[in-house]
Amino acid sequence: MSKTLVHQPDSGRMQLFRDTNFDFMGNKWPMIGLSLILTAAGLVSLAIEGGPRYGIDFKGGTLLYVKFADKPSEESVRSALAKKIPGEISVVAVQGTNELMIQTEMRNEKELQSTRQAIEDTLASVFGSTPDKLNFTGAAAGRVYERLNLPLQKAGVFISDEDLRKLVTEALSFRDKQKGGMLVSLDELNGVPGLTPQILNVLKQEAYLGKYLVRNTEVVGPRVGNELRTQAVLATLYALAGMLIYVGLRFEFSYGFAAVIAVLHDTIITIGLFSLFHKEISLTVVAALLTLVGYSMNDTIVVFDRIRENLQRGRKGDMTEIVNRSINETLSRTIMTSGLTFLTAVALWLFGGQVLNGFAFALVIGILVGTYSSIFVASPILVAWQDFMKSRGNNQKSGGASPAVTTAKKLAAK
Amino acid sequence: MDRSLWIKIASIVGVTLVCLYGIIGIPKSQKELVDNFNNNIKLGLDLKGGSQLVLQVQVQDAFKAEADQLIDRIKTELKTAAVDYGSFDRNEPDTIEDSEKIEIVAKGININKAGEFRRIIGDRFPDWNVTSTSGSDYKLTMKPSSAIDLRKKTVLSAIRTIESRIDGLGLAESSVQQRGAAETEPEILIQMPGVDDPGRIKQILQTAALLELHEVQEGPFATREQMMTQFNGILPPGTKAVRGMGAQESWFLLKRAPVVTGRDLRDSRAAQDTMTNGWVTTFVLSQDAAGRFGRFTEANINKRLAIVLDGQVRSAPTIQNKISDNGQITGAATQQEANDLALVLRAGSLPASVVYLEERTVGPSLGADSIRQGLMSGLVGLVAVVFVMLAYYKKSGINATVALILNAIILIAILAYIGATLTLPGIAGVVLTIGMAVDSNVLIFERIREELRGGKAVRAAIDAGFKRAFLTIIDTHVTAVVSSAFLFIFGTTNVKGFAVTLIIGLLANVFTAVFVSKVIFDWELSGNKKVTTLSI
Repeated sequence: MSKTLVHQPDSGRMQLFRDTNFDFMGNKWPMIGLSLILTAAGLVSLAIEGGPRYGIDFKGGTLLYVKFADKPSEESVRSALAKKIPGEISVVAVQGTNELMIQTEMRNEKELQSTRQAIEDTLASVFGSTPDKLNFTGAAAGRVYERLNLPLQKAGVFISDEDLRKLVTEALSFRDKQKGGMLVSLDELNGVPGLTPQILNVLKQEAYLGKYLVRNTEVVGPRVGNELRTQAVLATLYALAGMLIYVGLRFEFSYGFAAVIAVLHDTIITIGLFSLFHKEISLTVVAALLTLVGYSMNDTIVVFDRIRENLQRGRKGDMTEIVNRSINETLSRTIMTSGLTFLTAVALWLFGGQVLNGFAFALVIGILVGTYSSIFVASPILVAWQDFMKSRGNNQKSGGASPAVTTAKKLAAK
Repeated sequence: MDRSLWIKIASIVGVTLVCLYGIIGIPKSQKELVDNFNNNIKLGLDLKGGSQLVLQVQVQDAFKAEADQLIDRIKTELKTAAVDYGSFDRNEPDTIEDSEKIEIVAKGININKAGEFRRIIGDRFPDWNVTSTSGSDYKLTMKPSSAIDLRKKTVLSAIRTIESRIDGLGLAESSVQQRGAAETEPEILIQMPGVDDPGRIKQILQTAALLELHEVQEGPFATREQMMTQFNGILPPGTKAVRGMGAQESWFLLKRAPVVTGRDLRDSRAAQDTMTNGWVTTFVLSQDAAGRFGRFTEANINKRLAIVLDGQVRSAPTIQNKISDNGQITGAATQQEANDLALVLRAGSLPASVVYLEERTVGPSLGADSIRQGLMSGLVGLVAVVFVMLAYYKKSGINATVALILNAIILIAILAYIGATLTLPGIAGVVLTIGMAVDSNVLIFERIREELRGGKAVRAAIDAGFKRAFLTIIDTHVTAVVSSAFLFIFGTTNVKGFAVTLIIGLLANVFTAVFVSKVIFDWELSGNKKVTTLSI
C-alpha cells in the first residue's frame, strides 16, 4: 500500500497506483454503509422539505438579480416588496458581489404580467429615481442616443449622427464590459474615445446614475414549470433505461442492472445533497444530472470491461477475487479520468459565475460520487448478483459450473 | 516515413485548416480576425443580452371564430336552397386542449329536407361531420384532419403576425419561431437581442388587434345582470354580451357574427380627431369588405354599430348613412397608443389571443460577465488538465495536449459551420468536453503502459494500447451521447445548446483521441527503426 505515488526512476513514469492490491470487496460494507447514510440523509432532508427545492424553471415565479451601488439589507428590500406583492418573497444576497437575488412565487398565469413591474416599481421608489432625467445605469443605446441628440445640438456641440451612435455604443460597452454595468460617477467615462468634456457635460445634464441595476429577469408561468418537471423526470428515466439497454447488450443484463443502480444512487445522492445544502434544482442542474448519468457510467464501464476481460482470460479465482483484481488494475485510470474531469468541473464551479453555480456544483458532487459508486456500489452488486445466481444454480443442480465460469464461456463464445 | 502516414498527417492538417477557416476565416489583420470570429460564432441571448418571450396561442379562439363563420355561411346556403331551419348554436371550448371539441348544434331542420341539408354540409363544408341527434336536430363536429389543419394555420398565422409587428418596431435581429416539435404546438418563442425592457413590446404583441364590427341589438346596460333580467336570464340566440370600454361599466348585446373583421383591413393610421382633438386610429377596409360593409350600412341606417377591439366595445356609433370603406377607433390616451394600435392593425390581427408563459431578460453587463467567467473557467480547466497530463505522462502528455486542443478547435468550428448558437451552458459544455476528452487519452496511455509492463516492445505496446482501449472508448462515449441526446430532446433553448456542444465534442473526440493521437505516435516513431523507450 505504500506503493502509491511511486516515481519509478528506471522508467521515469509517474504512477498513481501500481500493482495495488486493495481488498475493495472485502471492505465493501463500510463503504456501502456510507452510501446508505448519504442516501438516507438526502432522502430525509427531501422528506422534511417536502421534495426538492425547485428553481423558478420548475415551479414558476419571478426572479431578478439586482446589483446595487450600496447593497441594502435583504430584510429592508423584502419588507418593501411585501407591501406590493402577495405571496412568498425571498431576497438572498449573492456571495462575493453587490447583488441581491429577488424571487417571488407565482400562483397563476395572470400574475405573469404584473409581478415584474411591481418589483421594478418598488425598487424605483425605494432607491430613488430622477423622473425627468435618463437613468444611465441600465439604459439601452437607443435611448441614450435619443436623449443626447437634441441637447447636444442645442449646446452647440457638433458631432455627426454616425459618430454619436458610435460614441454611445463605446460608452455603454465600457459601462457593461469594464464596469459591470454600473458607474460610480459619470466622470469615469472620461477615457472613452471621442467623449469630449462638452459632451460629458451634456450627458451630466441629461442623465443620472441609478443606484441599482436589474441584471437578469426571469418570469415563468407555473404551467410551464409543471410540464418541465414531468419532462425532466421522464428524460432522466429514459436516459437510465437507455443505459440499461446499452450496457445490457454490450455486456450482460446483470452488468447493466448493477451499473444503472449505481447511477441511480449517484443521482439520488446528488439531489439529496442539493436539498441538504439548500440549493435549488434548476434546468441547468437537471442538465448536469443527465450528463452525470452518462458520465458516471463511464467509470463503471471501464471497470466492467476489465472484469469481462479477466473472465474471458479464464483467470483463476471466484468472482470476488476477479472483481477485486479488475478494480485494482483499473484504479489508476479511474482516478485519472475522474480526476481530470473533476478539475474542469471545479474550474467551472470556482470561476463560472452565479449562473452556472448550481450546474457546476452538481457536476463536482456527481463526479466524486460517481467514481466512488462504480467501485463500491456497481461492483458489489454485480458480485452479489452472480453469487445469487450461483447459489440458485447450486440449489437446482448441485455441482454445476460457477456463474463466473459460465459467464466467461458465454462471452468467449461471442 | 511511409506513404499512408503522410496521407494521415495531410488529412489531419487539412481538417485543422478547414476548422480554423470556419472559425476565423482568412484574416488579414488582427481586427479582421476578431471580426470574423464574432461573425462566425453566434452568441445566445444569455451572453449578448436581450429578451426572450414565450407565448401561447389560444387556438380555441380560432375554432370558435371558425364555427361562427360557418354558422353564417350555412344559413345563407340553406336560405338559397329553401331549407327551413330553427336555430344554430355552438359550444364554448375554454382551453387549448378542448379546441377540437368545437360543436355546432342545428335545431329545427325541416324533416323533409334532411337529405338536402346533409348534402349541403357534405358538399360545401367538407371540413365538418354531421350527425343526427333527433328527428330535426343535428350536431356538426370538425373532422380531426381539418382540426389539425386549422390548428397549424392558426399558429402559423400568429407567428407571421407577430413577425410583422416585431419588424414594424424595427427589431431587425429578432427571431420569432415555433417552440416544440409538432407543428400544432401552440407555443411561440420570440428572441430579441439587445432589448432589455420588453414592457412595451409585450403590450404590442399581446394586443390581439382583433377588430370586429358588430350590429348592436340592445344596450348599453349598466350591468350584466340588468341585461340578463331583461331577457329573463337567457340571451337571444345568435347574440352575445360584450363589455364596453372605460371605467364606467357598460354592456352591449351584439349580434354574434361580425359584419366585417380586422382581416378585411387595408390600412390603418393614427390621426387627430378634428372635433375632440383626441387621438384616434383610422382604418380603411379592403375592396371586398367595403362592398359588404356598404350594403350593410345602407340597409341599417339609424341602427347602431359596435366597434369591438379584443372583446371590448370601443364605441357604438349610430349609422347615419352608407359607409363603404373607412372608420375610426377612439379611446387612445396618447399619440403613441394610437400609433401602436395602428401598427398592430396594419400587421394584422392575431387569429387568436395570446398568453405569456415566460419572459427572460439578460442585461448586457451580465452577458459580458458570463462570457468572461465562461472563458476564465475554460482557461483554468484547460491549463490544469494540460499541467496534469504533462506531469503525469511526460512527452506523451504533449501528444494528448495537441489532440485536446484540436478537439476544442473542431468542436468550435462545427458549432460555427452548423450555425449553432453558443450559450453559457454551451460554454460549460466546451469546458466539460475538455475534461471528458482527455479521458480517452488516459484510457489509451494507461493501456500502453500496461502493455509495456507486460514486456511488449514500444511499437507493439502502442498498437495494442490503441486497439484495446478503442472499444472501451466507444462504450463510454455511447453512454454519454445517449444521455446527452435525451437532454437535447427534453431541454429548452439554453440546455439544448449544452447538449449539442457535448455531443459534438464527444464525436470529435473519437477522431482526435483515437486517430490524431495515434498518428502523432506513429510520426514520433517513424524516424528511428529501433525504439526502446517511450516517454509515457
